[in-house]
Amino acid sequence: MPPPPASAFVWASTVFRVVNKAMAIIRWIRTKVRAYLTLIKSMQTGLLLSTGLAGYLSAHTAPDLGVLSGLALSLTLAISGSTILNMWYDCDIDTLMNRTHNRPLAAGKVTKPEALWLGLILSLVGVGWAFALNGLYGLVVFAGLFIDVVVYTIWLKRRTSWSILWGGISGGMPILAGRVLATGQVDIVGLLLMMAVLFWIPTHILTFTMRYFDDYQAARIPSFCSSYGFDATRAIIALSAIIAAASIGVAGVMIGVQAGALRLMAVLSSGLLLLSFATVFRPSEQVNFSLFKYASIYMLASMILLSL
Amino acid sequence: MKVTPLDRIVLLMTCLLAAYQVAVGINGLENVPTITYTIAFGVLLVAGLLIIILGYAVLDSPIVVMVSTMIPLSLSLGLIWEHVGVLRYPYLVFTILGFLAIIVTRSIRMPGRLPTLILAVVHGVAGMIVFLLPSILAAMGTTRPGFALVGLGGALIGLGGLLLSFMKTGKPIVSGEIILRILPGILLLMTIAFVTGFALA
Repeated sequence: MPPPPASAFVWASTVFRVVNKAMAIIRWIRTKVRAYLTLIKSMQTGLLLSTGLAGYLSAHTAPDLGVLSGLALSLTLAISGSTILNMWYDCDIDTLMNRTHNRPLAAGKVTKPEALWLGLILSLVGVGWAFALNGLYGLVVFAGLFIDVVVYTIWLKRRTSWSILWGGISGGMPILAGRVLATGQVDIVGLLLMMAVLFWIPTHILTFTMRYFDDYQAARIPSFCSSYGFDATRAIIALSAIIAAASIGVAGVMIGVQAGALRLMAVLSSGLLLLSFATVFRPSEQVNFSLFKYASIYMLASMILLSL
Repeated sequence: MKVTPLDRIVLLMTCLLAAYQVAVGINGLENVPTITYTIAFGVLLVAGLLIIILGYAVLDSPIVVMVSTMIPLSLSLGLIWEHVGVLRYPYLVFTILGFLAIIVTRSIRMPGRLPTLILAVVHGVAGMIVFLLPSILAAMGTTRPGFALVGLGGALIGLGGLLLSFMKTGKPIVSGEIILRILPGILLLMTIAFVTGFALA
């Protein structure tokens, strides 16, 4: 058998090099995507996005697929951008906390300038897209981003435990934004929905700060537990849960949600209240953790029900 | 014992069915049955979610006995209210007093067998109503035959309750591990029987 021509070897080695390079690029992209997904806190972003979509659908206007897609994408970009900017600013804190020291920025998987640019670009495109869709909607999205990054993270988070209030207000902006995009105005229902998210946030975040109390202490971040003690924090969680459940219920009635969906909301709210009271009267790590988890399920389920 | 991924899926399906029943399955009923069925399936839904979140450790809580009584009690009250008009108010009184008695005997330390006796009477009466009433009504032709499935659900809830009670008293007829292994399946089958039975009534 005659030996293969030299050109065949050259061709084969070129193909091998190209394939190798392509594989390396794919690996690099995969690593980056994984790091970026962690950087934008995909679960939290998804939950906030679901509130925005629920705000839009709660108006029960004829759904416009183009507008709905625009809402979903602009909100995803703006929320992801603000989350990345928060992580960029809080990188020094993240390295001090056990819970967060493996985050991409703290672990050095993403550089600080890279995160800053990514956060700025996503935020600008998201807010710009929101303004292009509707001026008032854009303003609400911008307000959410500004309050979250500047007021909450940069200004107040390291100064006072009450920063959570501003974190809550910014967390309530996506649902208000969705409602504003559908109705063209800031109405009572929109504000009630925003209030529901604002008061739901303590059931989620305060249980979290209790669970990771030592981490917050190590990073010298003031929390309600460190400022007012665990008992007062538990009482605030229970009170917040009552207000959140009442706000969602009243908003549901005003929106005209069907009786069946209202019944289901009442059941889920009862579960939230039961766990909140359990944190006050039978406090334990187990109850605390279950409230933290249940609160997320409650919010997601409520958003789906408001959209029906 | 840990909740396996399969257990979680089965429990999630149970929760979704219970949610469906609360939101859709009981539309158009009178106020009292609507409230009682909402309580029964609502307790099932929240309990299922808590087992998914916390695992079987949640079953160790002393509140479980009180909460689990709510399911047969409220279901039986709804059934009596809908189908045995003459017993509506007497059974409503029995339900309220029975539930209060269980709360009191489980909250305060009591000597003797009184707490067990009260639990057995209240649970037993409610369970027999949920098991027998739909079967009798379906057999008599008062409701459509499919309503008998609610009775099957009643039998399954009785079986589940019995197994858990044996486990809690430390005298299980089968091992605790087997009971917990089959519990999600029993809960799902029970919910399917209830939802289908009410839909076919």
